Amino acid sequence: MSTLSLSGITKSFGATTVLHGIDLAVADGEMIVIVGASGCGKSTLLRIVAGLETPTTGQVAIAGREVTQLEPADRDIAMVFQNYALYPHMTVAQNMAYGLRIRGTPKPEIARRVHETATLLGIQPLLERKPRQLSGGQRQRVAMGRAIIREPRLFLFDEPLSNLDAKLRVQMRGEIRRLQQRLGVTSLYVTHDQVEAMTLGDRLVVMHQGRAAQVASPMEVWSRPADTYVAGFIGSPAMNFLAGTLAEDGAAVQLRAGPLLRFTDGPRPGGNGRPLTIGLRPEHVLRAGAAPVAVLLDLVEPLGSETVLHGRLASGEVLTARLPGMVPAAGTQLELHLPAEALHVFDAETGRRLDA
Amino acid sequence: MTDDATLARRALARQRRERWLAHAALGLGVLVFAFPIWITLVGSTHDAATIGRGDVPLLPGNQGPENFAIALGEGGGRMHTSPAAGMLLNSAIMALTIAGGKIAISLLSAYAVVFFRFPLRMLAFWTIFLTLMLPVEVRIIPTYQVIVDLNLFNTYTGLTLPLIASATATLLFRQFFLTIPDEYVEAAKIDGAGPLRFFRDILLPLSVTNIAALGVILFIYGWNQYLWPLLIINDRSMETIVVGLAKMIGSGDSQNEWNTIMATAVLAMTPPVLVVVLMQRWFIKGLTETEK
Repeated sequence: MSTLSLSGITKSFGATTVLHGIDLAVADGEMIVIVGASGCGKSTLLRIVAGLETPTTGQVAIAGREVTQLEPADRDIAMVFQNYALYPHMTVAQNMAYGLRIRGTPKPEIARRVHETATLLGIQPLLERKPRQLSGGQRQRVAMGRAIIREPRLFLFDEPLSNLDAKLRVQMRGEIRRLQQRLGVTSLYVTHDQVEAMTLGDRLVVMHQGRAAQVASPMEVWSRPADTYVAGFIGSPAMNFLAGTLAEDGAAVQLRAGPLLRFTDGPRPGGNGRPLTIGLRPEHVLRAGAAPVAVLLDLVEPLGSETVLHGRLASGEVLTARLPGMVPAAGTQLELHLPAEALHVFDAETGRRLDA
Repeated sequence: MTDDATLARRALARQRRERWLAHAALGLGVLVFAFPIWITLVGSTHDAATIGRGDVPLLPGNQGPENFAIALGEGGGRMHTSPAAGMLLNSAIMALTIAGGKIAISLLSAYAVVFFRFPLRMLAFWTIFLTLMLPVEVRIIPTYQVIVDLNLFNTYTGLTLPLIASATATLLFRQFFLTIPDEYVEAAKIDGAGPLRFFRDILLPLSVTNIAALGVILFIYGWNQYLWPLLIINDRSMETIVVGLAKMIGSGDSQNEWNTIMATAVLAMTPPVLVVVLMQRWFIKGLTETEK
């Protein structure tokens, strides 16, 4: 039985529809990351699960119980907010205990659980402090503590790391993942950061304009993106897109940029001349091999172990490559190679992935 | 060409000149505001004859304790002789009731307006807001009629109720509540706090500094009320000190006991000053920072 199931969730604010029918089943103990650009409806979806918004249509069920009409407090969930929302006038211990206190949990029980949770998170020495006396990372932990202490069926995270600096973010990301696996609590995690999404999620929901563009494991999303949006959103630097047409009765693509690439995994449907969009990740571009293209570099970004090159092809299209070692100067002409085995093939009109 | 040393010297000279100017302006301000109070203070320490002669002493005399004892215990002035002790108590009751009452109803109304969605919410808010334009002085005749009809003439209720009903505090609390992040409300909802719990456990503690600052302002507002108490109270035992003080001064040729009047004036000034001094820290905190 799935811990959380969403069926046909839509949400409209007046005339604008922000969610167009979301279906999702989350298994017990699974960590689902909802990722997408701002305005894609990911936060709205999370708030609907939390009960802070009501869906226009559709149902939310948690642990088999239909909760669409229930108050947040009655849904057996806990939420970590982007700005933590710790009550500023209460100490860390009071903040964590507040939910339990309202539910009428006996005092010794509360004390025991506060102690346990604080030990788990390593915030024992902070229990008597006020939130404003804490650093960003400590606040983050307290916010987690406030969620954990209630032992809910479902954790909801609303971009919990976006207020932290880069280094701390990486550290807390690891902590959240370890903690979630240790406690085995089903989680829904919203972020706009694709690295967070890739590293944290058992499965990703990539949202685009109120729809789930793809629901799959991080590696699946990366290696077999369902459409050009997902392909361009996941991966950094973003995937290159080159225009082309189907050739050799579906066995190859004729790129506008020049080379003819034969598909290594089999022919694609459609007649010769069918317009295609070919995706190629920058890290897959090679310095040597078949299918050479001339690139005029206009920006070179050395990252130490590797270099990101931005350039323009003769066809006017932009090509980004991530290559180890070399640092050529901007403005130079360079020959790069497009390996046929790393291509992603999309229909140029619908943007959907075309498999062999 | 001027060298850098000359420029530096000039800058220093200009700074010195500016500082002197600032101090002169401040000194003038202090003189203008403090001088009348000084005269009152000095006046309260001389005997009636010294002031009665017409020359205004600038240095304290030796009649202070006697004057204050008379003012507090017996009252003075040819026209009116209520002891200040009772009037001070009445004023305190009035000022505290007005401050407390205003804060209580405006907290609740601002809470309703900001955190709840209900039909005619904005109409309700603007109606409350409109009362800003109708202070007691403007609606004094109908208000008087209402209070008399309700048999509240010469009561503390009649004295304070019309002054409590106004929008200033509601407006201030509304502005403050609007700055409270939605996440607190949502976190409280998820924690299971109902509306009243949220109000008591989260909103009130967050508003403490604002309440304190507003309390100071409203206490002084209440303490200084003159027209309404003058109208609605004619029982001497319920008279407030501001009204009583004014009544001590006779009109025309009557000989005033200025020493007692001055002492009473000092007594009337003291509580607001104390409130401001003691609450200063909170007051400034409430005006400048919010605990977020």
